[in-house]
Amino acid sequence: MTLSLEPANARAAPAVRPPDSALRRFLMANRAAVGSFAVFVAMMAVFTIFSPSVFTHWPIYSSVLVTLPVALCLVAPLVFIVTVGEIDLSFPATMGFSAWVFALLVQAGFSPFLAILGALATGMILGYCVGALVVLASLSSLIATLGMNYMLRGFIMIVTQGKSIALLDLHDTAAGALFSGDFLGLPVQIFWALGFVAFAALLFNRHRFGARVHAVGDHPDSAAQMGINVNRTRIATFVFMGLGAAIAGVFSAMINYTWWPTTGDGYLLGTIASVFVGGTPTWGGIGTITGGAIGALIVSFIQSGIVAAGLSGFYVQFFNGLIIILALLGHRWNQKRYR
Amino acid sequence: MSERLVELRNVAKSYGRVFAVGGVNLHVDRGEVVGLLGDNGAGKSTLIKMLAGAIQPTSGDILVRGKVETHWDAARSRNAGIETVFQDRALAVQQSIVRNIFMGREISNWFGFIDSTRERREAERLMREIGFTSKVFSPDSIVGQLSGGERQGVALARAIYNQADLIVMDEPTTALSLTETEKVFRFVRTVRAGGRSVLFIGHNIHHVYDIAERFVVMDRGTVALQATKQEVGSAEQLIAFMENIAHPQGVVSFDPASTQAGASS
Repeated sequence: MTLSLEPANARAAPAVRPPDSALRRFLMANRAAVGSFAVFVAMMAVFTIFSPSVFTHWPIYSSVLVTLPVALCLVAPLVFIVTVGEIDLSFPATMGFSAWVFALLVQAGFSPFLAILGALATGMILGYCVGALVVLASLSSLIATLGMNYMLRGFIMIVTQGKSIALLDLHDTAAGALFSGDFLGLPVQIFWALGFVAFAALLFNRHRFGARVHAVGDHPDSAAQMGINVNRTRIATFVFMGLGAAIAGVFSAMINYTWWPTTGDGYLLGTIASVFVGGTPTWGGIGTITGGAIGALIVSFIQSGIVAAGLSGFYVQFFNGLIIILALLGHRWNQKRYR
Repeated sequence: MSERLVELRNVAKSYGRVFAVGGVNLHVDRGEVVGLLGDNGAGKSTLIKMLAGAIQPTSGDILVRGKVETHWDAARSRNAGIETVFQDRALAVQQSIVRNIFMGREISNWFGFIDSTRERREAERLMREIGFTSKVFSPDSIVGQLSGGERQGVALARAIYNQADLIVMDEPTTALSLTETEKVFRFVRTVRAGGRSVLFIGHNIHHVYDIAERFVVMDRGTVALQATKQEVGSAEQLIAFMENIAHPQGVVSFDPASTQAGASS
């Protein structure tokens, strides 16, 4: 049976506009990411003008490529959490905790691959616990995850008494080559991280899970009325964040084959800034993984860029803030909020 | 007798000690249009939210095709072939039309990846069937850009996509223009002609009288009247009955004193 709702004089019935062309769809769907990319290009242009010798040579880029993989693994899942309408401040501790499990397993003589699996499982379990706490107890994610961050980090500190774990034995293993060596002259971690970002983007834009994350963040009541399990969707974003944090933790520990009890601490504000600089708004319902990745690139280059441009380290914070504010103003102008 | 599609048996919903709906029996047969009427606060919306699985009944049974349903929720309701067009339309306004039409029921493969080409094609077809009047919008347009009537169109498109057996419409004509209202009526008639059922909740008694063939009038959480169109006779009779519920003494007057008496009863 087909429904026909055409009026009697069907000739007068107007046609629906055909679906947009792929290019137009791409530009509209990636409006925020394209904007972020423009910010990145403008910033790099300014840096290059002020310090051409530094920015036309390789070392600055290779130093950014060392920390960028860790940042990318944190930013992509955080976009999911912000889009679903929550925030997570506990991922630095989750990252440290997962990497700790990794280090302990390696130290105990287990295969590094098994240790990585252990770390990923730990991250996802911690993510589930944080998510369940926030969602099922209806706590404010801002405050509850802040509390979890302190608690987990505190637990690590109490147990380890602040001592680090050396993992130098990993240097000559297959896992070391696979996750810490160089590939095509670049740190191999960047390839893994880009793969993870691509996976996250697919999940976000093309998968049922991503569609539901959008719907729940946009209008939780509507999503629930359409049969979406709102709580499960919200918790799942925290589990995914735990996975990303665990990968970031393992990468971070494998950069210089040492686990520090502070692993992850330095990534909190930079990661959050990356999400918003990348064009994901704070109110939920929409977000951009690609934009978040570009945001991470921007945030990574600000620090090294300003120092390399010959300004003293005292300027870093000021310009950090300036670029964040300018990027937000740009996105506000570029994106309209629909209610 | 035609097949009994959905039946509510002694369904009640209480919030603490307050009963929003107290022991309602209601059924919808296959292929009939039932009009659900009642004043504000009569419990119409609560009732259909229970039918849609959006809220859980405190007691009573929901039967679909003669079977008592357990663990009733929104997903179950949709799987059982009940599509609800909520009063607030249940849209996500920052998402595209196509994402709204397939919200919670994405066309996806084994791994959960969405077949967006097919979704877009289906959305386009549904929009044409609903009679979308504007050429400005494509399936990729954001719902927030649409007018109230067009948003209603998206909600209706979503309801017909799954070929549901029963479409529940909660005040679908509120805040719509005359032509948009006419479109909703045409929609109901087409659904009816296809052998499917509609439960039509309305405020405007004339609207409901025109479209429905059987009427259920609710009053303060209970069913005050169940009657077919023949039994009711005319819209005026229905209005008289409802006024009689609102003013039990049968005195309808604009004298302030008696209005107050009627309101307090």
